[in-house]
Amino acid sequence: MKTTTKQKIAFSVLFLCTIIVVLPVVFVLGVIIRNGWKAISWQFLTTMPVNGMRAGGIYPAIIGTLYLVSLSVIFSLPIGVAAAVYLNEYAKDNLLTRLIRLAIVNLAGVSSVVYGLFGLALFVNFMKFGVSILSGGLTLGIMNLPVIITASREALASVPYSFREVSLSLGLSRWQTIRHSVLPFAIPGILTGAILSLARAVGETAPILFTVAAFYLPNLPKSIFDQAMALPYHLYIISTQIPGISSEIRYGTAFVLVGMAFTMNIFAVIIRSRLRNKKKW
Amino acid sequence: MVAMPDIKIKTKKLNIWFGKTQALRDLSLDVYANEILGIIGPANSGKTSYLRQLNRLNELEADFRVSGEVILGSENIQKLKLEILRKTVGMIFALPQVLPVSIYDNVSYGLRMHGMRNKNIIDGIVEESLSASFLWSEVKDRLKEPAVKLSGGQQQRLCISRTLALKPEVILFDEPCSGLDPVSTAKVEESMLKLKENYTIILVTNNTKQAARVSDRTAFFLMGELIEIDKTQRIFTAPNDKRTEEYILGKFG
Repeated sequence: MKTTTKQKIAFSVLFLCTIIVVLPVVFVLGVIIRNGWKAISWQFLTTMPVNGMRAGGIYPAIIGTLYLVSLSVIFSLPIGVAAAVYLNEYAKDNLLTRLIRLAIVNLAGVSSVVYGLFGLALFVNFMKFGVSILSGGLTLGIMNLPVIITASREALASVPYSFREVSLSLGLSRWQTIRHSVLPFAIPGILTGAILSLARAVGETAPILFTVAAFYLPNLPKSIFDQAMALPYHLYIISTQIPGISSEIRYGTAFVLVGMAFTMNIFAVIIRSRLRNKKKW
Repeated sequence: MVAMPDIKIKTKKLNIWFGKTQALRDLSLDVYANEILGIIGPANSGKTSYLRQLNRLNELEADFRVSGEVILGSENIQKLKLEILRKTVGMIFALPQVLPVSIYDNVSYGLRMHGMRNKNIIDGIVEESLSASFLWSEVKDRLKEPAVKLSGGQQQRLCISRTLALKPEVILFDEPCSGLDPVSTAKVEESMLKLKENYTIILVTNNTKQAARVSDRTAFFLMGELIEIDKTQRIFTAPNDKRTEEYILGKFG
């Protein structure tokens, strides 16, 4: 066979694989948008559900999800970044740090329902936060930690070693060096990781199942010690537990859920490219 | 009798190890004030390890060990605070290591980090430092522009300014022109010759011709040992050791 023919075949196969990767995404989005867009209205987004959730809006579920993801990021971003800085900049390469690294990698692979049970045991029962936004947010935060730590460590490691060397050679302390010559240049990567983990937290059902999510609440939560409704759980309920709900409402809810995650991903891309342009090396 | 020159750095029986490898063996060497001391030698001869010992950058390596003494002025460098030592002994790296911030911020970085707040003083020192490395006239109208936009030679002179801004006494050059074209090299060398009026300079170079051009004395290192040190002219015309001659003539290395 001629080299050019071989090349053509190879490229065709590669192209086909790429298409196969994209197809499901397009298909899923297509189905959700086609079936759900009619349900979307200002009223749908901003009113309480009525008539046993068979009509009305999904406002409390949206609010609940926003509470949860905000709380989870407030908790996990500082801790995750601090741990990443320690592991990447300070920790010596010994058995302990290697074990910690291994643990973090493995945590990322733990299934989310296990996090849910863990949250139930630790936050709801042991720390007596009860079934509340606080418990759910912290559970989501812990689930996000490995993602944020890994992304932050990658971002820190991508800052050239020479920046540290220059800064130290000018007589600056290790901390000054990290604070002024390393962290600022790692921020785009850290933020991207944080937002992507947020987008994941938006969609997770299992961790909030036992820790916060309510089947139905007539009122919005008043504090972080209240239960709340959340989008993914709400979607699960209206899809399986309540007969006679129009598919429009179901797909509309899915549409909002996917839309939130999608918007966050877009934000991540924008923030990344903007900061990148400002801090180039 | 010729008057003895002031000794700026006295090195006594310095040994350096990285893990099991010994990088420097029993090095004893004096550096005079306001001279340019060139250090030449093939790869792995220990010249960079010596240079990085003078401001204790070697300590960044996990498996580094040292014995012996380095006396700066009258102080043992191991007893000096790192911050003071590294301000006093500045370092220029092989490749221009500018930070991805503006020209102005690069030069003023060390000053600001060491607590200088007065903008007028900082402005003054920035101008002074950029002038001393012959860069001021080229950049004075674009101090706020990113430093990475400068050419390689300009970047290296910016690094020199950044070091000068901290008012050091000794400046270490670690193969400062290895990535530069001849014109930029000439400018960096010109600034070194000017700087030795006020500073003590140690220049590690792979380019023996560069040592011949700018240094007052030259030391030849081989396999972690000092083979010989003498006036540059003598090293390049009538070295004592056969190995020095062979290296300079390009027979090995």
